[in-house]
Amino acid sequence: MVTDLHIKEVPQKQLGINPKKFILWLFMVSIVMVFAALTSGFIVRQAEGNWIIYELPSQLWISTAILFASSLTAHWALKSAQKNNSLQTKLGLWVTLGLGLVFLSTQLWVWEILVQHDVYLVGNPGGSFLYVLMGVHAFHLISGLIYLMIMLVKSYRANEVSEIQFKLSLSTTYWHFLDGLWIYLYVFLIIYH
Amino acid sequence: MSTANVDLTDEMGHDDHGHHEQSFVSKYIFSTDHKTIAKQFLISGIIWAIIGGLLSVVFRLQLGFPNMDMAWLRPFLGEWINIDAATGMGKLDTEFYLALVTMHGTIMVFFVLTAGLSGTFSNFLIPLQIGARDMASGFMNMLSYWFFFLSSVIMFASFFISTGPASGSWVIYPPLSALPQSMSGAGLGMTLWLVAMALFIVSTLLGGINYIATIINLRTDGMSFTKMPLTIWAFFLTAIIGLLSFPVLLSAALLLILDRSFGTSFFLSEIYIGGEALPNMGGSPILFQHLFWFLGHPEVYIVLLPSLGITSEIIATNARKPIFGYRAMIGSMMGIAILSFVVWAHHMFVTGMNPFAGSIFMLLTLIIAVPSAIKAFNYITTLWKGNIIFTPAMMFSIGLVSFFISGGVTGIFLGNAALDIQLHDTYFVTAHFHLVMGSAAFFGMIAGVYHWFPKMFGRMMDRKLGYIHFWTSFIGIYLIFFPMHYIGIAGFPRRYYSFTNFDAFSTFTDLNAFISIAAIATFVAQLIFVFNFFYSIFKGRRATQNPWNSTTLEWTTPIEPGHGNWPGPIPKVYRWPYDLSKPGAKEDFIPQNVPFAETPESNLPHEQELAGLEGKEDNTIKVD
Ligand code: HEM
Ligand SMILES: [Cu+2]
Repeated sequence: MVTDLHIKEVPQKQLGINPKKFILWLFMVSIVMVFAALTSGFIVRQAEGNWIIYELPSQLWISTAILFASSLTAHWALKSAQKNNSLQTKLGLWVTLGLGLVFLSTQLWVWEILVQHDVYLVGNPGGSFLYVLMGVHAFHLISGLIYLMIMLVKSYRANEVSEIQFKLSLSTTYWHFLDGLWIYLYVFLIIYH
Repeated sequence: MSTANVDLTDEMGHDDHGHHEQSFVSKYIFSTDHKTIAKQFLISGIIWAIIGGLLSVVFRLQLGFPNMDMAWLRPFLGEWINIDAATGMGKLDTEFYLALVTMHGTIMVFFVLTAGLSGTFSNFLIPLQIGARDMASGFMNMLSYWFFFLSSVIMFASFFISTGPASGSWVIYPPLSALPQSMSGAGLGMTLWLVAMALFIVSTLLGGINYIATIINLRTDGMSFTKMPLTIWAFFLTAIIGLLSFPVLLSAALLLILDRSFGTSFFLSEIYIGGEALPNMGGSPILFQHLFWFLGHPEVYIVLLPSLGITSEIIATNARKPIFGYRAMIGSMMGIAILSFVVWAHHMFVTGMNPFAGSIFMLLTLIIAVPSAIKAFNYITTLWKGNIIFTPAMMFSIGLVSFFISGGVTGIFLGNAALDIQLHDTYFVTAHFHLVMGSAAFFGMIAGVYHWFPKMFGRMMDRKLGYIHFWTSFIGIYLIFFPMHYIGIAGFPRRYYSFTNFDAFSTFTDLNAFISIAAIATFVAQLIFVFNFFYSIFKGRRATQNPWNSTTLEWTTPIEPGHGNWPGPIPKVYRWPYDLSKPGAKEDFIPQNVPFAETPESNLPHEQELAGLEGKEDNTIKVD
């Protein structure tokens, strides 16, 4: 068969990031905007005065360290999945989940301490904002935990853990994001509380 | 033919879009096909538009004919019509009046012109015009519709509770909206409003994330960003604006919910109700306004931009001319998108803000008029000396340009912080945004329906009815909103139940009656469209494949595209979407998927070079 082919005029393939990954990133952008709104509301409101001043409980250091550690274990789980090491992947996920739960309980503990220091959700917005920031972050963290649990189930179902490495990479990206978000919030609180 | 062979190297067909039978439920109800979801959004939008329109008819009756006996409305509104014991006259309940205004605004801005407009056309056109088989995630797309549906059900249900729907206006400023005891509409109705809007935001985000991901990742070969139709650019930027602004409203709503139901004081401070002091201290209602308008102003562009994109496409096609200033159009849309985030405080000039901040926002606001004006000029210059074909879609698009200009001009007045002290919260503002946003975006939506109806349903809408619909709507809208400027300049505030209580405004009694009559007539005229729409779905003239001689990819699909859009391989794109009336060309349009090599007679020098035709006699390579 004779075909004439115009070599010069070949339509370029267009940019293609994996759409699922891209969707995840956009989703994280929307979460960033939620917190951007809350933290800028915090600053604007604080600038108007009539704002209670209190010490940030030092236990927040503990929770921050725990969440940071869980990010490392999540990364380890992903790396193990890429090496098709099933046992380590599952272990990594279990530990991450556990650390996530410990983080949440530490946050609750911090709330208790706040209450002991007369900082309440209901009352001066200076306190309310702290609860809202921590609470909304915890809410997202729970969604991240559920996501990890789904991956854990998948890791048991899969014949080879390497099969789930792409999905796992999405969930760990989300987890790192939640970790980063918390660090941002913590730094923000240290500066502005 | 050469191209056909080149194209065949593309993946052939593709399995998961095969010919498997679908059940009724998965085909029409829980469908993941972008075309079906688009139609779901469209029909929901039309239903909401009728409801929203009816609400406005009721409050216009009150404003135009304050002495009217409304007892006849009792069958519909029940207790909301108070019957005077002495005279037997029916009067609209004053708080329900506020609920009507609130729900009218909410429904029109969010349910019709956001979900109905973006939901319909972004869903329908993005895959078809960029050459994709479907959205990046069909499942998320389906969720987006059903979140919207749920939100709609809840919003609608709020009409049927005894305390009535939310009534703190569509901007739900606290403290009115934060204190259930402040008015009847601030109770359960407000709670339902907040829940419905939270679901609505989730729906919008799911949809918007999908639109962006699809446009970035699923463009067909050759569809570079500078070959994308302006519709796609508009939907793209709209989705980005939505992604960045709706979460902010969600945060504001969250804080408001906490204030309402958990006793926090984010927006409340030192309030007395009925002589009793509330415990809330330290909140700031102005903070809510900042958060709200950080969404609210971008939102007006979320409403308008898709319509501007649709209009660009329709005007170019029906003027048979390339759009004037394609890149300038993209640039100005980007400018609008960016600037729309830094002008929000022009809605708050009279909140006692720092005059210096006021002048900054005034400056930024006036700057945003520049890209808007560029767009208006480009529409006009595209029309200039075109071979205009006055299809109904074209008429509505030109109508949009008219509203956009006449409403935009008043924006310049309002943008002046000093003038705004007089004009703020008067009917002048109402006139401004109903022309520039309400009517313009509505006309763009209608134009889109007339234009893409053949692709949606394989049939044509009736032209004559289209013209009647256009002229009645176009004239009607000016008759309604033009006089409002005068009432506004005279100082009459928005959202007041009655004009007749103030002597200063009694001179406007006739004018108000006139506006009301025009409004009711214009509403009735919309029924022509509704009839035309539903009638044509079943009985319209059959469409041809490319009824408007358009250049974009959606017209290369079969008349009624199936699942996966193109039965064969996806067409590739070689040229921009506006090769209309190109000098030398055989026909007055060259579709985007025609290679330059096939059109040597009309190629410009650099296109000739692209095609490998330049200066060569034998321009092809033979391959065995
Ligand atoms: C030429 C550019 C524009 C300028 C300078 C401008 C300026 C303004 C200003 C200053 C206000 C506040 C008036 C007040 O409340 O006292 C306003 C209100 C409004 N504008 Fe515009 N505007 C422009 C274009 C638009 C466009 C293109 C849209 C929509 C697509 C729009 C939609 C609205 C809406 C919805 C309101 C009223 C919101 C409310 O209070 O309920 N404007 N405009
Ligand atoms: Cu604005």
